[in-house]
Amino acid sequence: MSEPVLAVRDLEAGYEPGVPIVRGASITVNKGEIVVVLGPNGAGKSSLIKAVAGLVPISRGAVLFDGKDITAAPAHTMVHRGLAFVPQTENVFPLMSVEDNLKVACGILKSRESPARIAEIYATFPDLERQRKTAAGNLSGGQRQMLAVARALIVHPKVLVLDEPSAGLSPKFVAMVFEMLSAIRKSGVTILLVEQNAKAALAIGDRAYVLVEGKERHEGVAAELWNDPVVAELYLGQRPKSAGKAVPFGKGSAA
Amino acid sequence: MNLQFVVDGLLTGSMIGLGAIGVTLTYSILRFSNFAHGDFMAWGTYATLAVVGAISAMFGKVSPIGSLSFGWPLIVALVVGMAFTGLLALLLDMVLFARLRRQGQAIIVVMASFGASMALRSLLEFIFTSRPTYFSRAIQIAMPLGFGVRITPDQIALLLLAAVLVVSVHLIMTRTQTGRAMQALSQNAALARVIGIDVAKVVRVTWIIGGALACVAGVMIGILIQIRPFMGFDMLLPMFAAAILGGIGSVPGAVLGGLIIGLAEASAVQLIGAEWRAAVSFIILMVVLFVRPIGLFGFRER
Amino acid sequence: MIDLVGYGAFFLTTALIFSLITLGLNLQWGLTGLFNVGLAGFVAIGAYTSALLTTPDDPARLGGLDLPILIGWLGAMVVGGLAAALTGIATLRLRSDYLAITTFGVAVVVQLVALNAQKLTGGPFGIGFIPRPFGGLAETPLLFNLSNLAIVSAVTLAAYLALEHLSRSPWGRVLKALREDERAAISLGKSARFYRVQAFAVGGAIMALAGALQAHFIGFIAPDNYLPMLTFQVWVMLIVGGSGSNTGAVAGSVLVWAIWAGSGALTSVLFSPEQQARAAAPQIVAIGVMLCVILLVRPSGLFGDRPRRVRTTRPSGTTAPESSGS
Repeated sequence: MSEPVLAVRDLEAGYEPGVPIVRGASITVNKGEIVVVLGPNGAGKSSLIKAVAGLVPISRGAVLFDGKDITAAPAHTMVHRGLAFVPQTENVFPLMSVEDNLKVACGILKSRESPARIAEIYATFPDLERQRKTAAGNLSGGQRQMLAVARALIVHPKVLVLDEPSAGLSPKFVAMVFEMLSAIRKSGVTILLVEQNAKAALAIGDRAYVLVEGKERHEGVAAELWNDPVVAELYLGQRPKSAGKAVPFGKGSAA
Repeated sequence: MNLQFVVDGLLTGSMIGLGAIGVTLTYSILRFSNFAHGDFMAWGTYATLAVVGAISAMFGKVSPIGSLSFGWPLIVALVVGMAFTGLLALLLDMVLFARLRRQGQAIIVVMASFGASMALRSLLEFIFTSRPTYFSRAIQIAMPLGFGVRITPDQIALLLLAAVLVVSVHLIMTRTQTGRAMQALSQNAALARVIGIDVAKVVRVTWIIGGALACVAGVMIGILIQIRPFMGFDMLLPMFAAAILGGIGSVPGAVLGGLIIGLAEASAVQLIGAEWRAAVSFIILMVVLFVRPIGLFGFRER
Repeated sequence: MIDLVGYGAFFLTTALIFSLITLGLNLQWGLTGLFNVGLAGFVAIGAYTSALLTTPDDPARLGGLDLPILIGWLGAMVVGGLAAALTGIATLRLRSDYLAITTFGVAVVVQLVALNAQKLTGGPFGIGFIPRPFGGLAETPLLFNLSNLAIVSAVTLAAYLALEHLSRSPWGRVLKALREDERAAISLGKSARFYRVQAFAVGGAIMALAGALQAHFIGFIAPDNYLPMLTFQVWVMLIVGGSGSNTGAVAGSVLVWAIWAGSGALTSVLFSPEQQARAAAPQIVAIGVMLCVILLVRPSGLFGDRPRRVRTTRPSGTTAPESSGS
C-alpha cells in the first residue's frame, strides 16, 4: 500500500510567468489510496492538480508518475500514461450525446476494444445507459459528474484525479458521488481528490493534505484530520495571522 | 417569378456551402475567421487547371464523359487540386497561423489571414494574370425540366458531387473518432486535451478538409462560371454569412446557410438585378446578428 | 527643384491623408481592440457624403447641394460616425470576429452602392468637379500643393492632438482596460459596450473625414479608390508604425506610403503599361508578407505601446488553440 504512484515535488506553477499560484507544494499519492487535498479558497488546490494534468504551466519542481518524470508533459499524453483528470466544471462535451462523450474518450483504446469497454461502463453506470442518446448538456449536475467520471475511467487509468467532484451538487448527489469514488477505489484505481466538502471527502479518504497559499502545510490520516485543530486553523484560514499564534502549526506542517 | 432561380440558387448555394464548411470548422476549432479561405478556393482552382493542362499536354485531347463538358483529366486534376489545397492550408498554418496562435491573441490571427489573403491573391494575379479563364469553352445544352426550369449535365453532376461531399463530411464528423475529436475540440478545447485528444493532429485534419472542400467549391465556380484570381475573395462574404447563419461549428448549418443564401441571391438577381447580388449576404448577415447571433444550429459560447 | 518641392508636397499630402485614416484605425484597433477590415467603406462614405454635399447641382445625379466645403467635411464625419456606430451596435456584444466580418461586409456593400447606385454616386465613373480648397490657386501648382499640404497637415495635427489627449483621458483608459480583456468587455454589458461603440464611431468619423479630405484634394472620386486594397494598405501602415501609438500611426503611414509610391514609380519605369498591372502584383505580395512577418517578429511595430502578451511557457509543444472561449 505504500508504493508511491504519483509524487509532486516542490512544485511551482501558475498561468502567468512570475505569478505562481502553486508555490513549492509536495504531495505523495500511494498506490490504492484516496488522497484528499483540502484548503481555503484560493489556496491553489485546483491549480496544483491542473499542473499535474498538464493544464497549468510549471515553472519549478517535478511531477513523478509511476516512477517516470511527467513534469510539463503535454496534457493529451496523460491518459496514455494512466493518469485521468476530471475537471470541476465544464467537464462534459455539452452538445454530444452521452454515448459520444464516452466514445470520444476511447481514442487511446484499440478501436475493437471500445464497444466492450463502453458496455462495461454502462454496466457500472446504468443511469448513463438509459440516457445514452441525451445530449450531455441536458443532464442534471449529478449525472454530468457521473458521466465525467465514467469517461475518465474508460481508459483504465491507474490514477484518477478529480477537481471538486461535489461542487454545486445537491446533498443527495454529493453522497452518491462519494459512494461512487469509494467503489472506484475498491476496483483498484488510486484517487487524488481536491475538495471543499472536507467532511465528506475525509470520510472516504485515507490521507489528506491541507494546502495554504500554494504550499502544503499539514498532512495526516484522513480520519484524524477532521478533529485536528491545526486543520481547523489552516482551513478556516480567513482569520488574521496574528490570531493564529495560539496554534503552533509550524510543528504540524509537512516537511 | 421564373422557377429557374431554384436551380441557380441551389448551385450557388452548394458552392457557398462547401466553402462555408471550411470557414465554420476553422472558426470552431481554431477560433478565428480565416479571411484567406476564399483564396484557398482560387488557388485550388488554378492548381486544378494547371493539372488539367499538364494532363492534356501528356495525353493529348481527351474526349468528355457523356454529355458533360469535361473528361477524366478534370476528375483526376480535382483530386490532385484538393490535396494541394489541403497542403497549402497546412503550410500556411505552419508558417503563420500556428505561431501567432501560440502568442494567444485570436484577432491577430484574423489580421494575418487578411494579409495572407492579399498576398496569395496577388501571387495568383502575377502568375496567371487577372484575365478570366475557363476549364472548357464548350457551350452545354440545358435540358428542360418543366415549369420553365432548365439544367445542364454539368450542373447535375456538380450538384450530385456537392451532395456526396456534404454527406461524407457529415458522416466523418459524427461517425468517426476523428470527427468526434473535432466536435470535442470545438466544444471544449481544454477538456479535449484532458481526454487525450492530440490538438495538433485534429488541427491538421481540419485544414485538410477545409482546404479540399474549398478547392471543390472553386472548381465548381470554374466549371460553371469562370476562373479569376478574385473568385474566392468574392465568395468570402457569402461564406461567412452562411457559416454564421447556420451556426458556427455546425457542418449541416453551414450547408443549409449556404443554400439559403444561394437561393436568396438567385431570387434577388431575378427580382432586383444581378448587380446587387453581393448585398444579399450582407443583409442576411445583419439580420442574423440582430435576431439570432448563434445562428440556426449554433450554441451559446461559454 | 520646384518640381521636387511640388512633388514632395503632393506626396506628403497623400501620406498625411493616409495618416489620418490610420489614426482613426488606431483609435479603433490600437486603443480599443476593435478590428475593422472594412475601413475602405468608411473612407468611401466620407468621400461620397462630402462630394454630394459640396458639388454643384448635376441633373444626372441626386445631391449636388453646392454647400461650403467645411459643411461637407462635417457631414462626412457625421455620416461616417453614424455608419460606424451602427456597425458597432450590431456586433459589439459578440466576439470580435463578428465585427471583422461585418465591417468587411460594410466595405463590400459601400463598394456595391458606389458602383450601382448611379443616381446617387455616379456609378463606375464616380463624381467629378468636387470643389477644391484654394481651387483658385490651381494655376500655380506649387502654391496649390503647398496650401493643400498646409490644410491636410493642420487637420491631421488636430486629429493627432485630440487623439493623444483622448487616449490619456479617463475615457481612453477605460478603452485600454476593455481592450485587454475582451470577455470582460462583453460581460460588463451595456456601459462597456457603449464605450466601445463610441470609440468605433469616432474612429469611423475620422476615416470619413480623411476620405472627404482626399476627395477635395483630388477633386474627383470613383469606386476604384475604395477597394479592399486601401483597407490592407492602412492596416500595414498601422502595424508597421505600431498599433496603440498615434506617433506610430503617422510614421508608419508616411513610411509605408513612401515604399508603396517608390516601388510603384519603379514598376512604371521598368515595365510597359500593359505589363504594369501584373508587375504591381509582387508589390502587394511583398507588402502582405511584410505584414505577416511583422506580426510574427515584431508585433508592436516601430512605436507600438501594446505590450506583447507574455507568452506562458506552455508545458507542451501542442498547438492548442488558445482563445477566450476555452
